[in-house]
Amino acid sequence: MDRNQSRRQISLMRQSLFDQGYLDEQFIQLEELQDDANPNFVEEIVTLYYRDSSRLISSIEQNLERNPPDFNKLDNIMHQFKGSSSSIGAKKVKAECALFREYCRAGNGEGCMKTFQQLKKEYGTLRKKLEAYFQLARQAGPAETASRPK
Amino acid sequence: MDNGFSSPRHDAFPAGLRVLVVDDDPTWLKILEKMLKKCSYEVTTCCLAINALNLLRERKDGYDIVISDVNMPDMDGFKLLEYVGLEMDLPVIMMSVDGETSRVMKGVQHGACDYLLKPIRMKELRNIWQHVFRKKIHEVREIENQEGFEGIHILRNASDLSDDGHSFSGEDLTSMRKRKDVDNKHDDKDFGDPSTKKARVVWSVDLHQKFVKAVNQIGFDKVGPKKILDMMNVPWLTRENVASHLQKYRLYLSRLQKENDQKTSLSEVKHSDLLSKDTAASFGLQNSINMHDAVVDSYRSFGGNLQRQNVETKSHRGDLKGIVSELKSETKRNLTCSIPDPLAIKGSQINFNNPFATLESKGNYAALDCTIPTPYCSEPPKIQLRQENKPLLQSENSFSQLPMHGALNQIQVEKRQSIPLVSSKSSITQRDNGGSIDIKPLYADDKTGYASGMSAVGTGVDTFSVQSKSHITDPQISGPISNTTLGMKSQGFNLGCLEDLEYCQRNILFGSEATSTPLDKDFQFCWLQGDFYNLNFGFQNIEMPEYCDPGVTAEVPIHSYDTLRFDYEYPHDTADYSVIDEGLFIA
Repeated sequence: MDRNQSRRQISLMRQSLFDQGYLDEQFIQLEELQDDANPNFVEEIVTLYYRDSSRLISSIEQNLERNPPDFNKLDNIMHQFKGSSSSIGAKKVKAECALFREYCRAGNGEGCMKTFQQLKKEYGTLRKKLEAYFQLARQAGPAETASRPK
Repeated sequence: MDNGFSSPRHDAFPAGLRVLVVDDDPTWLKILEKMLKKCSYEVTTCCLAINALNLLRERKDGYDIVISDVNMPDMDGFKLLEYVGLEMDLPVIMMSVDGETSRVMKGVQHGACDYLLKPIRMKELRNIWQHVFRKKIHEVREIENQEGFEGIHILRNASDLSDDGHSFSGEDLTSMRKRKDVDNKHDDKDFGDPSTKKARVVWSVDLHQKFVKAVNQIGFDKVGPKKILDMMNVPWLTRENVASHLQKYRLYLSRLQKENDQKTSLSEVKHSDLLSKDTAASFGLQNSINMHDAVVDSYRSFGGNLQRQNVETKSHRGDLKGIVSELKSETKRNLTCSIPDPLAIKGSQINFNNPFATLESKGNYAALDCTIPTPYCSEPPKIQLRQENKPLLQSENSFSQLPMHGALNQIQVEKRQSIPLVSSKSSITQRDNGGSIDIKPLYADDKTGYASGMSAVGTGVDTFSVQSKSHITDPQISGPISNTTLGMKSQGFNLGCLEDLEYCQRNILFGSEATSTPLDKDFQFCWLQGDFYNLNFGFQNIEMPEYCDPGVTAEVPIHSYDTLRFDYEYPHDTADYSVIDEGLFIA
């Protein structure tokens, strides 16, 4: 029972991530790549993403503190961040990245700041949700990884 | 998967395809590795471009295909692309999260056989083997064809058929296979296992120089792998090696032209088509340098063919097909009208046909009215070149643009505006050492990227091109910067320039030193000069070399750089030209 409940919970959680626009198709691609050879593939990738994105976020923060900010540099970093976020399908985060880059190109420091705050928020939310999701999945047992509904 | 390969030897193909993935993003690197492994490919990953190059160099035949990201911290993905194409002649696929048309176009121009947008799907990776396959076919065909043209055409057709994004349908395979069977009885042996191809020949600068010399001597229109091979007299070189190199060279030239066209939007002069052979390898440039006269002539005759080829080549670069086709048609158009004589081509790239015909540059080449059959109709005054060149010039990398424009600008000269030879010199002077053209081996300059190996093909020429990158500030490229031809490697030397470059080289030998100037620029400059003369004199091009007195040309080099800039700021090109003329002819 518990197991079934957990499974249902996991499934629902997962579905909501898609429905609410936190994740997109790419995440499903990752899930499909998971197999016996790499049973925790998705989680490994997401962990890599956290590491990479944390570094990029602090880099952006540093650069935003400068006055005036180096928009070119910021744009470059954000480009990387966008690429990275696309790897796990972080939809909302990606959208904020794009917006940030627009502001960079326009040389709008304030816009960048505001968007960055929003971006951090989205990133934080996604991270929390994913962590909860994986935790549940782990608890439910190794076979409990989300699978694409046929 | 069934790829239509009939030979039992490659039953496994495409499984076991050896892929090298280069990406600074660790997350993507891991994902791609997993995806490729799922396709049963053999994957090697790299997060630095330098490491990737080392790996490739260590094991020349160790990989079948390279997939690289565009934005990398240590080296620009496009540059890596050029290196790989030049040194190892492997198909390269570019990736990026940025799908802007200009970026994609740049990728194609630099020789990428495909451009994928992140996030990348598994299915996109499943079909990457087609690029390896296609290359094999091309090589085989090239070898098979004495003339080369047919082969290319066939290949083009085949590749066009199959190169439709990743939809390599069964029919395509069949038709391709049919062609293959029809044309090459002994294809199989070549097609054999893609992973066990024979050792690649590294086309060093010297070797390339020999090649270009041979091509020049034979006459571009009469050139064929066997003839070249005999003339080069290099014992260990095979006809196949020469054939594929020749094909690349042609592609390169046409690519340059194409780029010119694109950039300058000079519709008219599609000569470039002729020249531009879409080759990732920049070796075209180098060759161009050597080719001077011969090339010009050969281009003339070859132009028609090239045109077609170029167009096709381009188109079958995959994603950009659409774009390419546009160019193609343009080029085709241009070519047809283009000058009948080779000189015209040269100039016309700039459109010499009418020396000053409206440059409306469609493409990178100043689309000088191709319509003008007489090479130098010269109606000098109108050089409209001004235009478009600008865009070309801007890009450092893409040389391609420059040459044409630059030249055009010059041409525009309303006939002679004084094209200050000197003006350009700024850039050139820095570099050039004055009379001697240092043909710096292209390798030297990693800026240009291609220098490696291609080393100064033409003595002077190389130097120019390579260096031109930087300064071509002076539009007046007084002297044809032949050096640029070398530089051409880089991205896109406008074919037009190449021709010029050749001339220029002759003339310019001096100074051009390709200090890493972007060849593009140089080419253009050189080109202009040559053209200029051509324009005025009708096919001067040929004469030019004679005039080019190395001493004299020294000035030119400088200008050439500028000319490449073509931003066409100087309407006075013509004037310069006259100056240049003197200089050149002073010899």
